[in-house]
Amino acid sequence: MMLVIVLALGLVALTGAVVVLTRDPAQQAVTLSVFGLTLTILFVTVQAPDVALSQLAIGTAVVPLMIMLTIRKVGGRR
Amino acid sequence: MSRRARVVLFALVAPVFSVLFVLAARGLPSFGSDFHPYGDRAVTVATVQRASANVVSSVNFDQRAVDTLGEEFILFGSVIGTVVLLRPSPEEREIGHPEEGRVLPTTRLAGYLLLPVSVLVGCYVIAHGQLSPGGGFQGGVVLATGWHLLYVAGRYAALRRAVPQTVLEVIESLAVAAFVALGVAGLGLGGGFLANMLPTGSLGALLSGGTVPVINAAIGVAVAAAVVLLLAAFLEQTIILRRADHQDPP
Repeated sequence: MMLVIVLALGLVALTGAVVVLTRDPAQQAVTLSVFGLTLTILFVTVQAPDVALSQLAIGTAVVPLMIMLTIRKVGGRR
Repeated sequence: MSRRARVVLFALVAPVFSVLFVLAARGLPSFGSDFHPYGDRAVTVATVQRASANVVSSVNFDQRAVDTLGEEFILFGSVIGTVVLLRPSPEEREIGHPEEGRVLPTTRLAGYLLLPVSVLVGCYVIAHGQLSPGGGFQGGVVLATGWHLLYVAGRYAALRRAVPQTVLEVIESLAVAAFVALGVAGLGLGGGFLANMLPTGSLGALLSGGTVPVINAAIGVAVAAAVVLLLAAFLEQTIILRRADHQDPP
């Protein structure tokens, strides 16, 4: 079980770094969504399914959508 | 702040923070140990006294319900702030016929098929908050995101017409008010604000946990309305509103 937790934690660190290193905000919204998914996996492995559900709904769906819509609006004005 | 100043600030703060953080974490019980004085008490209260099979829900909506009320108002406040900030400015106007994006037939079909499924899942998660992982917040967000499958299917105009924003604002306010009213009812009947004054039922039954399922229902409606309002504010700005001097490309 410990191995699975360490793996999930490593995945979170990896995808987190990818989010930080992504420069284009539109692509960042997608990598952020993947990062949210790995966080969900981590929460499940440490037996926090309630938090995992919240993270799945907010972090992988609502927040990236809000970022995408904002980029589209702001980008249209340039 | 210049890049150099930021690096200097980081170099000064990082060592202090890491030392203090390690010192603070040394006192914690080791990871995975079975010493959980608070957890043991919370589990006993939830399962033995209040018949709430999902202990997390019991903590959120019964034992620490006041904290959840505060969180509910954080969401309420941020939605009001977003709606105010993203309201149409004087130089913006609604475009008569918002462009219908090109939607693949398979995407449209997936949207239509998944809409009833996600609404059902959302209602299930809200209704079973006292039994299984989930509850009002998670279920509410599932309901709201599921509702936006209509947008994914290319039917934003229909989504906009189906439930007007003013109706959502009223629903949102009523649901938050219902949460507060439950708290006041607890003050009158149970001897404390948000006290669990309803009969708790038997552990594992659909209607168990006293006020937990009632508060979950109120929060489910409040969160669903809040997220729809939030996304509507962004969608209106992106799809419907243009500056008055904006010319659509030919």
